[in-house]
Amino acid sequence: MWYFVSPQIVFGPDSLEALDELNGSRALIVTDANLVQLGIVEQVQAHLQKAGLSVSLFDQVEPDPSVQTVQRGAQVALEHQPDWIVGLGGGSSMDAAKAIWVLYERPDLHPAEINPFMPLGLRQKARLITIPTTSGTGAEVTWAIVLTDTEEQRKMGVGSRENCADLAIVDPALTVNMPPQLTADTGLDALTHAVEGFTCSWHTDFTDGLCIQATRMIFQYLPRAVENGSDMEARERMHNAATCAGLGFGNAMASLAHAMGHTLGALFHLPHGRAVSIFLPYTIEFFSHEGEGEPARFAALADAVGVNSGWGLTLAQYIRDLCQRIGNPISVAQAGIEQGDYLASLDKLIEDAFNDTQILTAVRTPTYDQLRQLFLYAYEGRPVDF
Amino acid sequence: MTSKLKFPSDEWIKELSAQLNASEAYAQSAKDWEGDFVFIVEPDSAYDDTAYLYLGLYHGKSPDAALLPSLDDREAEFMLSAPFSVWRQVIEGKLDAIQGMMTRKLKVRGNMMKIMRYPKAAKEIVSCCALIPTDFGD
Repeated sequence: MWYFVSPQIVFGPDSLEALDELNGSRALIVTDANLVQLGIVEQVQAHLQKAGLSVSLFDQVEPDPSVQTVQRGAQVALEHQPDWIVGLGGGSSMDAAKAIWVLYERPDLHPAEINPFMPLGLRQKARLITIPTTSGTGAEVTWAIVLTDTEEQRKMGVGSRENCADLAIVDPALTVNMPPQLTADTGLDALTHAVEGFTCSWHTDFTDGLCIQATRMIFQYLPRAVENGSDMEARERMHNAATCAGLGFGNAMASLAHAMGHTLGALFHLPHGRAVSIFLPYTIEFFSHEGEGEPARFAALADAVGVNSGWGLTLAQYIRDLCQRIGNPISVAQAGIEQGDYLASLDKLIEDAFNDTQILTAVRTPTYDQLRQLFLYAYEGRPVDF
Repeated sequence: MTSKLKFPSDEWIKELSAQLNASEAYAQSAKDWEGDFVFIVEPDSAYDDTAYLYLGLYHGKSPDAALLPSLDDREAEFMLSAPFSVWRQVIEGKLDAIQGMMTRKLKVRGNMMKIMRYPKAAKEIVSCCALIPTDFGD
Protein backbone atom coordinates (compact mmCIF):
# COMPACT_ATOMS: atom_id res chain seq x y z
CA MET A 1 0.00 0.00 0.00
CA TRP A 2 1.32 3.37 -1.00
CA TYR A 3 0.10 6.72 -2.27
CA PHE A 4 0.55 9.00 -5.24
CA VAL A 5 -0.18 12.55 -4.18
CA SER A 6 -0.47 15.50 -6.52
CA PRO A 7 -2.11 18.89 -6.63
CA GLN A 8 -4.21 19.92 -9.60
CA ILE A 9 -1.57 21.26 -11.99
CA VAL A 10 -2.14 24.15 -14.38
CA PHE A 11 0.84 24.52 -16.72
CA GLY A 12 2.09 26.30 -19.80
CA PRO A 13 2.08 29.93 -20.93
CA ASP A 14 -0.58 32.13 -19.30
CA SER A 15 -1.38 29.54 -16.66
CA LEU A 16 -1.25 32.28 -14.02
CA GLU A 17 -4.68 33.22 -15.31
CA ALA A 18 -6.06 30.22 -13.42
CA LEU A 19 -5.95 32.46 -10.36
CA ASP A 20 -8.70 34.61 -11.89
CA GLU A 21 -11.17 31.78 -11.28
CA LEU A 22 -10.52 31.31 -7.56
CA ASN A 23 -13.33 31.42 -5.06
CA GLY A 24 -12.54 32.99 -1.72
CA SER A 25 -12.21 36.24 0.13
CA ARG A 26 -8.65 36.60 1.44
CA ALA A 27 -5.26 35.39 0.23
CA LEU A 28 -1.85 35.50 1.86
CA ILE A 29 1.13 35.49 -0.50
CA VAL A 30 4.25 33.94 1.02
CA THR A 31 7.36 34.97 -0.87
CA ASP A 32 10.72 36.76 -0.72
CA ALA A 33 11.58 40.43 -1.09
CA ASN A 34 13.39 39.83 -4.40
CA LEU A 35 10.19 38.77 -6.15
CA VAL A 36 8.47 41.89 -4.89
CA GLN A 37 11.23 43.96 -6.50
CA LEU A 38 10.99 42.01 -9.77
CA GLY A 39 7.27 42.79 -9.98
CA ILE A 40 6.24 39.14 -9.96
CA VAL A 41 4.31 39.52 -6.71
CA GLU A 42 2.40 42.40 -8.26
CA GLN A 43 1.36 40.18 -11.20
CA VAL A 44 0.07 37.48 -8.88
CA GLN A 45 -1.63 40.04 -6.68
CA ALA A 46 -3.45 41.48 -9.71
CA HIS A 47 -4.82 38.05 -10.67
CA LEU A 48 -5.97 37.35 -7.11
CA GLN A 49 -7.67 40.75 -6.94
CA LYS A 50 -9.36 40.02 -10.27
CA ALA A 51 -10.89 37.00 -8.54
CA GLY A 52 -12.19 39.35 -5.85
CA LEU A 53 -9.76 38.40 -3.10
CA SER A 54 -8.12 40.85 -0.72
CA VAL A 55 -4.42 40.10 -0.60
CA SER A 56 -1.90 40.31 2.24
CA LEU A 57 1.81 39.67 1.91
CA PHE A 58 4.54 37.93 3.89
CA ASP A 59 7.74 38.61 1.96
CA GLN A 60 10.35 37.72 4.57
CA VAL A 61 11.28 34.24 3.39
CA GLU A 62 15.05 33.84 3.23
CA PRO A 63 16.99 31.15 1.36
CA ASP A 64 16.80 27.97 3.49
CA PRO A 65 13.94 29.29 5.62
CA SER A 66 14.29 28.96 9.34
CA VAL A 67 11.87 27.67 11.93
CA GLN A 68 11.54 31.22 13.27
CA THR A 69 10.63 32.61 9.84
CA VAL A 70 7.74 30.22 9.35
CA GLN A 71 6.55 30.88 12.89
CA ARG A 72 6.47 34.63 12.08
CA GLY A 73 4.63 33.90 8.83
CA ALA A 74 2.06 31.81 10.70
CA GLN A 75 1.49 34.74 13.01
CA VAL A 76 0.75 36.94 9.98
CA ALA A 77 -1.68 34.30 8.71
CA LEU A 78 -3.43 34.16 12.08
CA GLU A 79 -3.84 37.94 11.97
CA HIS A 80 -5.17 38.08 8.39
CA GLN A 81 -7.20 34.83 8.39
CA PRO A 82 -6.72 33.94 4.70
CA ASP A 83 -8.69 31.20 3.00
CA TRP A 84 -5.93 30.78 0.40
CA ILE A 85 -2.22 30.69 1.07
CA VAL A 86 -0.07 31.24 -2.02
CA GLY A 87 3.53 30.05 -1.96
CA LEU A 88 5.30 32.05 -4.66
CA GLY A 89 8.98 31.66 -5.50
CA GLY A 90 11.60 28.96 -5.32
CA GLY A 91 11.61 26.01 -2.98
CA SER A 92 12.28 28.17 0.07
CA SER A 93 9.14 30.25 -0.37
CA MET A 94 6.96 27.28 -1.28
CA ASP A 95 8.25 25.20 1.62
CA ALA A 96 7.76 28.15 3.96
CA ALA A 97 4.20 28.55 2.65
CA LYS A 98 3.48 24.89 3.38
CA ALA A 99 4.79 25.20 6.93
CA ILE A 100 3.00 28.51 7.52
CA TRP A 101 -0.22 26.94 6.31
CA VAL A 102 0.16 23.98 8.67
CA LEU A 103 0.95 26.24 11.64
CA TYR A 104 -1.95 28.52 10.76
CA GLU A 105 -4.29 25.53 10.81
CA ARG A 106 -2.54 23.89 13.76
CA PRO A 107 -1.09 26.62 16.02
CA ASP A 108 -0.52 23.93 18.66
CA LEU A 109 2.33 22.40 16.64
CA HIS A 110 6.01 23.25 16.54
CA PRO A 111 7.32 23.16 12.94
CA ALA A 112 9.53 20.18 13.77
CA GLU A 113 6.43 18.23 14.78
CA ILE A 114 4.94 18.26 11.28
CA ASN A 115 5.23 14.61 10.36
CA PRO A 116 3.72 12.06 8.00
CA PHE A 117 2.78 9.57 10.72
CA MET A 118 -0.23 11.35 12.18
CA PRO A 119 -3.27 13.08 10.68
CA LEU A 120 -2.97 16.88 10.72
CA GLY A 121 -6.58 17.76 9.87
CA LEU A 122 -5.73 20.57 7.43
CA ARG A 123 -8.06 22.50 5.10
CA GLN A 124 -10.31 23.72 7.90
CA LYS A 125 -9.23 27.34 7.39
CA ALA A 126 -7.42 27.59 4.08
CA ARG A 127 -6.04 25.82 1.03
CA LEU A 128 -2.65 26.10 -0.62
CA ILE A 129 -1.54 27.27 -4.05
CA THR A 130 2.09 26.91 -5.16
CA ILE A 131 3.62 28.95 -7.96
CA PRO A 132 7.27 28.18 -8.76
CA THR A 133 9.48 30.91 -10.20
CA THR A 134 12.49 28.62 -10.57
CA SER A 135 12.68 25.30 -12.41
CA GLY A 136 14.14 22.91 -9.92
CA THR A 137 12.80 22.16 -6.50
CA GLY A 138 9.51 20.57 -7.47
CA ALA A 139 8.20 21.93 -4.18
CA GLU A 140 5.04 22.97 -5.98
CA VAL A 141 3.95 19.33 -6.10
CA THR A 142 5.76 17.69 -3.19
CA TRP A 143 4.65 17.53 0.40
CA ALA A 144 8.11 17.64 1.93
CA ILE A 145 9.16 20.78 3.77
CA VAL A 146 12.83 21.57 4.36
CA LEU A 147 13.46 24.01 7.20
CA THR A 148 16.72 25.08 8.78
CA ASP A 149 17.44 24.85 12.45
CA THR A 150 19.68 27.90 12.74
CA GLU A 151 20.86 27.00 16.23
CA GLU A 152 22.21 23.62 15.18
CA GLN A 153 23.05 24.66 11.60
CA ARG A 154 21.11 21.71 10.36
CA LYS A 155 18.42 21.21 7.75
CA MET A 156 15.42 19.18 8.80
CA GLY A 157 12.89 17.48 6.60
CA VAL A 158 9.34 17.58 7.86
CA GLY A 159 5.96 17.31 6.16
CA SER A 160 2.82 15.29 5.70
CA ARG A 161 0.92 14.12 2.63
CA GLU A 162 -1.84 16.47 3.76
CA ASN A 163 0.27 19.56 3.21
CA CYS A 164 0.64 18.94 -0.53
CA ALA A 165 -0.77 21.96 -2.39
CA ASP A 166 -4.30 21.99 -3.77
CA LEU A 167 -3.28 23.81 -6.93
CA ALA A 168 0.14 24.21 -8.58
CA ILE A 169 0.58 26.80 -11.31
CA VAL A 170 3.57 26.04 -13.53
CA ASP A 171 3.89 29.10 -15.76
CA PRO A 172 7.22 29.30 -17.65
CA ALA A 173 6.96 33.07 -18.07
CA LEU A 174 7.84 33.44 -14.39
CA THR A 175 11.28 31.92 -14.96
CA VAL A 176 12.64 34.22 -17.70
CA ASN A 177 14.39 36.48 -15.22
CA MET A 178 16.43 33.68 -13.70
CA PRO A 179 20.15 34.36 -14.18
CA PRO A 180 22.27 31.57 -15.73
CA GLN A 181 23.79 30.43 -12.42
CA LEU A 182 20.38 30.08 -10.76
CA THR A 183 19.08 28.28 -13.85
CA ALA A 184 22.01 25.86 -13.64
CA ASP A 185 21.73 25.23 -9.89
CA THR A 186 17.98 24.71 -9.88
CA GLY A 187 18.07 22.61 -13.05
CA LEU A 188 20.64 20.30 -11.47
CA ASP A 189 18.41 20.04 -8.40
CA ALA A 190 15.64 18.79 -10.68
CA LEU A 191 18.05 16.33 -12.29
CA THR A 192 19.06 14.98 -8.88
CA HIS A 193 15.38 14.55 -7.99
CA ALA A 194 14.71 12.66 -11.20
CA VAL A 195 17.72 10.35 -10.87
CA GLU A 196 17.26 9.66 -7.17
CA GLY A 197 13.47 9.31 -7.53
CA PHE A 198 14.07 6.57 -10.12
CA THR A 199 16.82 4.78 -8.22
CA CYS A 200 15.77 5.03 -4.57
CA SER A 201 14.30 2.02 -2.82
CA TRP A 202 10.79 3.56 -2.70
CA HIS A 203 10.39 4.11 -6.45
CA THR A 204 7.13 2.82 -7.94
CA ASP A 205 5.52 2.17 -11.31
CA PHE A 206 3.76 5.51 -10.90
CA THR A 207 6.95 7.49 -10.39
CA ASP A 208 9.40 5.78 -12.78
CA GLY A 209 8.01 7.26 -15.98
CA LEU A 210 7.96 10.77 -14.57
CA CYS A 211 11.60 10.47 -13.49
CA ILE A 212 12.74 9.10 -16.84
CA GLN A 213 10.96 11.81 -18.81
CA ALA A 214 12.28 14.53 -16.50
CA THR A 215 15.85 13.23 -16.83
CA ARG A 216 15.56 13.20 -20.62
CA MET A 217 14.21 16.75 -20.75
CA ILE A 218 16.84 18.10 -18.37
CA PHE A 219 19.73 16.59 -20.33
CA GLN A 220 18.27 18.12 -23.49
CA TYR A 221 17.07 21.52 -22.35
CA LEU A 222 19.12 22.61 -19.33
CA PRO A 223 22.21 23.65 -21.36
CA ARG A 224 19.95 25.67 -23.67
CA ALA A 225 18.17 27.38 -20.77
CA VAL A 226 21.50 28.27 -19.15
CA GLU A 227 23.05 29.53 -22.39
CA ASN A 228 20.05 31.57 -23.46
CA GLY A 229 17.50 32.49 -20.82
CA SER A 230 15.16 33.86 -23.47
CA ASP A 231 14.85 30.48 -25.15
CA MET A 232 11.23 29.99 -24.15
CA GLU A 233 11.00 26.44 -25.43
CA ALA A 234 13.90 25.48 -23.15
CA ARG A 235 12.41 27.46 -20.26
CA GLU A 236 9.01 25.78 -20.62
CA ARG A 237 10.43 22.26 -20.94
CA MET A 238 12.70 22.81 -17.95
CA HIS A 239 9.78 24.13 -15.91
CA ASN A 240 7.72 21.07 -16.80
CA ALA A 241 10.68 18.77 -16.18
CA ALA A 242 11.17 20.15 -12.68
CA THR A 243 7.52 19.54 -11.86
CA CYS A 244 7.62 16.02 -13.34
CA ALA A 245 10.74 15.29 -11.28
CA GLY A 246 8.96 16.71 -8.23
CA LEU A 247 6.03 14.37 -8.75
CA GLY A 248 8.45 11.50 -9.30
CA PHE A 249 10.71 11.87 -6.31
CA GLY A 250 7.98 13.42 -4.13
CA ASN A 251 5.98 10.22 -4.37
CA ALA A 252 9.04 8.03 -3.98
CA MET A 253 11.94 9.65 -2.17
CA ALA A 254 15.34 11.12 -2.85
CA SER A 255 18.47 9.39 -1.65
CA LEU A 256 22.06 9.72 -0.54
CA ALA A 257 23.07 12.73 -2.67
CA HIS A 258 20.31 14.67 -0.95
CA ALA A 259 21.37 13.50 2.51
CA MET A 260 24.94 14.63 1.81
CA GLY A 261 23.89 17.81 -0.01
CA HIS A 262 21.56 18.89 2.80
CA THR A 263 24.35 18.80 5.33
CA LEU A 264 26.91 20.49 3.04
CA GLY A 265 24.40 23.22 2.16
CA ALA A 266 23.48 23.84 5.78
CA LEU A 267 27.09 24.14 6.94
CA PHE A 268 28.64 25.99 3.99
CA HIS A 269 25.59 27.85 2.66
CA LEU A 270 25.87 26.39 -0.80
CA PRO A 271 22.76 26.60 -3.02
CA HIS A 272 20.76 23.41 -2.59
CA GLY A 273 20.84 22.31 -6.22
CA ARG A 274 24.58 22.82 -6.47
CA ALA A 275 25.19 20.93 -3.24
CA VAL A 276 23.13 17.85 -4.10
CA SER A 277 24.30 17.67 -7.71
CA ILE A 278 27.98 17.69 -6.69
CA PHE A 279 27.38 14.46 -4.78
CA LEU A 280 25.11 12.77 -7.33
CA PRO A 281 27.79 11.19 -9.56
CA TYR A 282 29.74 9.92 -6.53
CA THR A 283 26.67 8.29 -5.03
CA ILE A 284 25.79 6.75 -8.40
CA GLU A 285 29.26 5.20 -8.48
CA PHE A 286 28.83 3.98 -4.90
CA PHE A 287 25.44 2.45 -5.71
CA SER A 288 26.73 0.93 -8.94
CA HIS A 289 29.41 -1.06 -7.15
CA GLU A 290 29.37 -4.62 -8.39
CA GLY A 291 27.62 -7.00 -6.01
CA GLU A 292 26.63 -4.49 -3.33
CA GLY A 293 24.55 -1.76 -4.90
CA GLU A 294 22.00 -1.89 -7.66
CA PRO A 295 23.98 -1.26 -10.82
CA ALA A 296 21.17 -2.57 -13.00
CA ARG A 297 18.81 0.14 -11.85
CA PHE A 298 21.25 2.88 -12.85
CA ALA A 299 22.01 1.11 -16.09
CA ALA A 300 18.27 0.99 -16.81
CA LEU A 301 17.99 4.75 -16.32
CA ALA A 302 21.05 5.36 -18.49
CA ASP A 303 19.51 3.25 -21.24
CA ALA A 304 16.07 4.86 -20.89
CA VAL A 305 17.42 8.37 -21.30
CA GLY A 306 19.74 7.44 -24.15
CA VAL A 307 23.02 7.83 -22.31
CA ASN A 308 23.57 4.29 -23.44
CA SER A 309 26.00 1.53 -22.71
CA GLY A 310 24.07 -0.22 -19.98
CA TRP A 311 26.38 1.06 -17.30
CA GLY A 312 25.37 3.26 -14.39
CA LEU A 313 28.93 4.54 -14.30
CA THR A 314 28.41 6.12 -17.70
CA LEU A 315 25.47 8.01 -16.22
CA ALA A 316 27.74 9.42 -13.51
CA GLN A 317 30.23 10.65 -16.09
CA TYR A 318 27.45 12.07 -18.26
CA ILE A 319 26.20 14.09 -15.30
CA ARG A 320 29.71 15.40 -14.59
CA ASP A 321 29.99 16.42 -18.24
CA LEU A 322 26.66 18.25 -18.02
CA CYS A 323 27.75 20.08 -14.86
CA GLN A 324 30.98 21.18 -16.52
CA ARG A 325 29.19 22.25 -19.68
CA ILE A 326 26.92 24.61 -17.73
CA GLY A 327 29.74 25.86 -15.53
CA ASN A 328 28.92 24.06 -12.30
CA PRO A 329 31.43 22.36 -9.99
CA ILE A 330 31.97 18.60 -10.01
CA SER A 331 33.77 18.49 -6.68
CA VAL A 332 33.41 20.18 -3.32
CA ALA A 333 36.82 21.81 -3.82
CA GLN A 334 35.65 23.31 -7.10
CA ALA A 335 32.65 24.74 -5.23
CA GLY A 336 35.13 26.97 -3.41
CA ILE A 337 35.10 25.34 0.02
CA GLU A 338 38.46 25.49 1.77
CA GLN A 339 39.92 22.08 2.55
CA GLY A 340 40.75 23.01 6.15
CA ASP A 341 37.19 24.18 6.84
CA TYR A 342 35.79 21.08 5.19
CA LEU A 343 37.96 18.65 7.12
CA ALA A 344 37.21 20.47 10.37
CA SER A 345 33.50 19.97 9.69
CA LEU A 346 33.77 16.40 8.43
CA ASP A 347 32.42 14.72 11.57
CA LYS A 348 29.35 16.95 11.59
CA LEU A 349 28.84 16.45 7.85
CA ILE A 350 28.84 12.69 8.35
CA GLU A 351 26.72 12.81 11.48
CA ASP A 352 24.02 14.96 9.92
CA ALA A 353 23.99 13.06 6.63
CA PHE A 354 23.71 9.84 8.61
CA ASN A 355 20.60 11.20 10.33
CA ASP A 356 18.99 12.76 7.27
CA THR A 357 15.70 11.14 6.31
CA GLN A 358 16.82 10.79 2.67
CA ILE A 359 19.44 8.21 3.59
CA LEU A 360 16.68 5.75 4.46
CA THR A 361 15.98 4.98 0.83
CA ALA A 362 19.55 4.53 -0.33
CA VAL A 363 19.80 1.23 -2.19
CA ARG A 364 23.15 0.62 -0.57
CA THR A 365 23.45 1.98 2.95
CA PRO A 366 26.92 3.35 3.60
CA THR A 367 28.68 2.63 6.84
CA TYR A 368 29.99 5.54 8.85
CA ASP A 369 33.46 5.02 7.35
CA GLN A 370 32.13 4.71 3.81
CA LEU A 371 30.23 7.96 4.26
CA ARG A 372 33.46 9.61 5.38
CA GLN A 373 35.18 8.27 2.26
CA LEU A 374 32.35 9.53 0.04
CA PHE A 375 32.71 13.04 1.47
CA LEU A 376 36.49 12.91 0.96
CA TYR A 377 36.30 11.56 -2.60
CA ALA A 378 33.71 14.21 -3.47
CA TYR A 379 35.98 16.90 -2.10
CA GLU A 380 38.88 15.80 -4.27
CA GLY A 381 36.81 14.89 -7.31
CA ARG A 382 37.94 11.26 -7.27
CA PRO A 383 35.55 8.77 -8.87
CA VAL A 384 34.31 6.34 -6.22
CA ASP A 385 35.97 2.91 -6.42
CA PHE A 386 34.50 1.15 -3.38
CA MET B 1 22.00 -19.18 17.85
CA THR B 2 20.40 -21.49 15.31
CA SER B 3 16.91 -22.39 16.57
CA LYS B 4 14.05 -20.13 15.73
CA LEU B 5 12.59 -17.84 18.39
CA LYS B 6 8.88 -17.45 18.74
CA PHE B 7 7.45 -14.02 17.98
CA PRO B 8 6.28 -12.37 20.15
CA SER B 9 8.15 -13.70 23.18
CA ASP B 10 10.55 -12.71 25.92
CA GLU B 11 13.34 -14.61 24.13
CA TRP B 12 12.69 -12.82 20.87
CA ILE B 13 12.84 -9.28 22.28
CA LYS B 14 15.94 -10.18 24.33
CA GLU B 15 17.59 -11.44 21.14
CA LEU B 16 16.73 -8.15 19.41
CA SER B 17 18.34 -6.36 22.33
CA ALA B 18 21.46 -8.53 21.91
CA GLN B 19 21.57 -7.88 18.16
CA LEU B 20 21.39 -4.14 18.78
CA ASN B 21 24.21 -4.33 21.31
CA ALA B 22 26.33 -6.10 18.71
CA SER B 23 25.54 -3.61 15.96
CA GLU B 24 28.15 -0.95 15.27
CA ALA B 25 25.76 0.74 12.85
CA TYR B 26 23.10 1.04 15.53
CA ALA B 27 25.61 2.25 18.11
CA GLN B 28 26.73 5.04 15.78
CA SER B 29 23.31 6.10 14.57
CA ALA B 30 21.73 6.14 18.04
CA LYS B 31 24.66 7.28 20.16
CA ASP B 32 22.68 10.16 21.70
CA TRP B 33 19.30 8.42 21.78
CA GLU B 34 17.45 8.21 25.07
CA GLY B 35 13.97 6.72 25.06
CA ASP B 36 12.57 3.25 25.63
CA PHE B 37 10.01 1.61 23.36
CA VAL B 38 7.10 -0.73 23.86
CA PHE B 39 6.12 -2.66 20.76
CA ILE B 40 2.47 -3.62 20.98
CA VAL B 41 1.49 -6.70 19.00
CA GLU B 42 -2.25 -6.57 18.43
CA PRO B 43 -4.46 -9.57 17.70
CA ASP B 44 -5.57 -10.41 14.18
CA SER B 45 -6.56 -13.50 12.21
CA ALA B 46 -3.09 -15.02 12.74
CA TYR B 47 -2.66 -14.20 16.44
CA ASP B 48 -5.20 -14.18 19.25
CA ASP B 49 -3.50 -12.23 22.03
CA THR B 50 -2.03 -8.82 22.70
CA ALA B 51 1.67 -8.74 23.54
CA TYR B 52 3.82 -5.94 24.92
CA LEU B 53 7.52 -6.07 24.09
CA TYR B 54 9.64 -3.65 26.07
CA LEU B 55 12.93 -2.51 24.55
CA GLY B 56 15.21 -0.30 26.60
CA LEU B 57 17.36 2.00 24.45
CA TYR B 58 20.05 4.30 25.73
CA HIS B 59 22.99 5.92 23.97
CA GLY B 60 23.39 3.40 21.18
CA LYS B 61 22.85 0.35 23.36
CA SER B 62 19.92 -1.69 24.59
CA PRO B 63 20.39 -2.23 28.32
CA ASP B 64 17.15 -4.12 28.88
CA ALA B 65 14.35 -5.97 27.12
CA ALA B 66 11.39 -8.02 28.25
CA LEU B 67 7.97 -9.32 27.38
CA LEU B 68 5.66 -7.40 29.69
CA PRO B 69 2.60 -8.89 31.36
CA SER B 70 0.75 -5.63 30.77
CA LEU B 71 1.29 -2.15 29.40
CA ASP B 72 1.33 -0.76 32.93
CA ASP B 73 4.28 -2.91 33.91
CA ARG B 74 7.02 -0.59 32.57
CA GLU B 75 7.02 3.01 31.48
CA ALA B 76 8.25 3.78 27.98
CA GLU B 77 8.52 7.07 26.15
CA PHE B 78 7.48 5.58 22.82
CA MET B 79 4.94 3.04 21.67
CA LEU B 80 4.69 1.35 18.30
CA SER B 81 1.61 -0.73 17.71
CA ALA B 82 0.37 -2.91 14.86
CA PRO B 83 -1.45 -6.17 14.30
CA PHE B 84 0.66 -9.34 14.41
CA SER B 85 0.63 -9.78 10.62
CA VAL B 86 1.99 -6.27 10.06
CA TRP B 87 4.82 -6.93 12.52
CA ARG B 88 5.56 -10.13 10.64
CA GLN B 89 5.80 -8.24 7.34
CA VAL B 90 8.23 -5.78 8.92
CA ILE B 91 10.41 -8.47 10.48
CA GLU B 92 10.50 -10.45 7.23
CA GLY B 93 11.51 -7.32 5.32
CA LYS B 94 8.31 -7.27 3.25
CA LEU B 95 7.15 -3.94 4.65
CA ASP B 96 9.46 -0.97 5.13
CA ALA B 97 8.83 0.13 8.71
CA ILE B 98 8.91 3.83 7.83
CA GLN B 99 6.45 3.29 4.99
CA GLY B 100 4.36 1.26 7.42
CA MET B 101 4.26 4.24 9.77
CA MET B 102 3.48 6.63 6.91
CA THR B 103 0.54 4.51 5.79
CA ARG B 104 -0.40 4.18 9.47
CA LYS B 105 -0.29 0.40 9.41
CA LEU B 106 2.17 0.89 12.26
CA LYS B 107 1.01 3.49 14.74
CA VAL B 108 3.60 5.41 16.67
CA ARG B 109 3.07 7.36 19.88
CA GLY B 110 5.62 9.63 21.53
CA ASN B 111 7.61 12.74 20.80
CA MET B 112 7.72 12.83 16.99
CA MET B 113 10.24 15.66 16.94
CA LYS B 114 12.65 13.35 18.69
CA ILE B 115 11.94 10.30 16.53
CA MET B 116 12.36 12.22 13.30
CA ARG B 117 15.91 13.15 14.25
CA TYR B 118 16.99 9.51 14.31
CA PRO B 119 15.71 7.89 11.10
CA LYS B 120 18.88 5.84 10.60
CA ALA B 121 18.61 4.36 14.09
CA ALA B 122 15.04 3.29 13.36
CA LYS B 123 16.23 1.60 10.19
CA GLU B 124 18.98 -0.21 12.07
CA ILE B 125 16.50 -1.57 14.63
CA VAL B 126 14.45 -3.04 11.79
CA SER B 127 17.60 -4.43 10.18
CA CYS B 128 18.44 -6.18 13.45
CA CYS B 129 14.92 -7.65 13.60
CA ALA B 130 15.58 -9.28 10.25
CA LEU B 131 18.67 -11.01 11.66
CA ILE B 132 16.63 -12.99 14.18
CA PRO B 133 15.50 -16.43 12.99
CA THR B 134 11.85 -16.11 13.88
CA ASP B 135 9.06 -18.61 14.39
CA PHE B 136 5.72 -17.03 13.61
CA GLY B 137 3.76 -20.07 14.72
CA ASP B 138 2.96 -21.37 11.22
